[in-house]
Amino acid sequence: MSKKNHLKRLILSVIFSFFNVLLYAQTSADSTENGVNGVMRSHDKIYVVMVVCITILTVLFLYLIRIDLKVSKKEKIS
Amino acid sequence: MKSNWWKILCIGLLFFTFSAGFLVKVPFLGNLHESIRNFFFHVPMWFGQIVLLSLSLGYSIAYLRTQNIKHDIYAAEFAKTGIVYGILGLGTGAIWANYTWGEPWSNDPKQIAAAIAVLIYLAYLVLRGSMNDIDKRAGVSAVYNIFAYFIYIPLIMILPRLVQSLHPGGMEGAKGGGNPALGGDSLDATMRLIFWPAVLGWVLLGIWISSLKIRLSLLANKNLINE
Repeated sequence: MSKKNHLKRLILSVIFSFFNVLLYAQTSADSTENGVNGVMRSHDKIYVVMVVCITILTVLFLYLIRIDLKVSKKEKIS
Repeated sequence: MKSNWWKILCIGLLFFTFSAGFLVKVPFLGNLHESIRNFFFHVPMWFGQIVLLSLSLGYSIAYLRTQNIKHDIYAAEFAKTGIVYGILGLGTGAIWANYTWGEPWSNDPKQIAAAIAVLIYLAYLVLRGSMNDIDKRAGVSAVYNIFAYFIYIPLIMILPRLVQSLHPGGMEGAKGGGNPALGGDSLDATMRLIFWPAVLGWVLLGIWISSLKIRLSLLANKNLINE
């Protein structure tokens, strides 16, 4: 088995293993559905906080990956 | 690209933490209410710090055995990230405490011990900065790091459990007794499902940041390292 295949399997299994969480999300979203914005306005707008946190996390990761690639490039040159 | 699978795992786990951590139904305990979700963010800071400082200790011992300056760089950078995690842990803890224990700093034994631990490791950085001789700096700070670690562990793990504490795991009957002990059994199955991936994700993030700083430092000190 090639290394790339191995990695692909690992990532897929990690992703799929989290799908069961959707079950919990479903039950809490169903009970509080209200009007246009549904999920986002339920639970006293806690999901707004969640989206803000995920946005921050996404940008932080993109930044971290960029730094990582820059360091890699420098390591190659020297 | 060197093996990057663990970085992808780290990204996956933290996105999982930040989404599922807000979505799951949590148990309604004492005065915690929804703030129990901090368990996915505040507590892994300390797990991360323990792992990072343990790695730092390992590299300090490795330096003393091999006298390879590379190990000194590893030890220093892991300790620095460990300090950042510690400061984040204290900060998030103070915010959480403000809304559950009534004040940001209630002189809880664990709060005080954690603050002392951070100060001990800040002194490690001061000690490093105070010496210009590279070999002397590496040797002395490696020895200091070993002592610091074996003060740090009793401070945060053992001492707070011997006295009355607001934190879970302390002696019963402390002030703020309405605070349920979250250790062990009271974390329900759903929370566990997110808590342990969260811990792993935060630990990996700490190692990732340290590894970047190590690689930069190795590049900057290339002339000092003899392979």
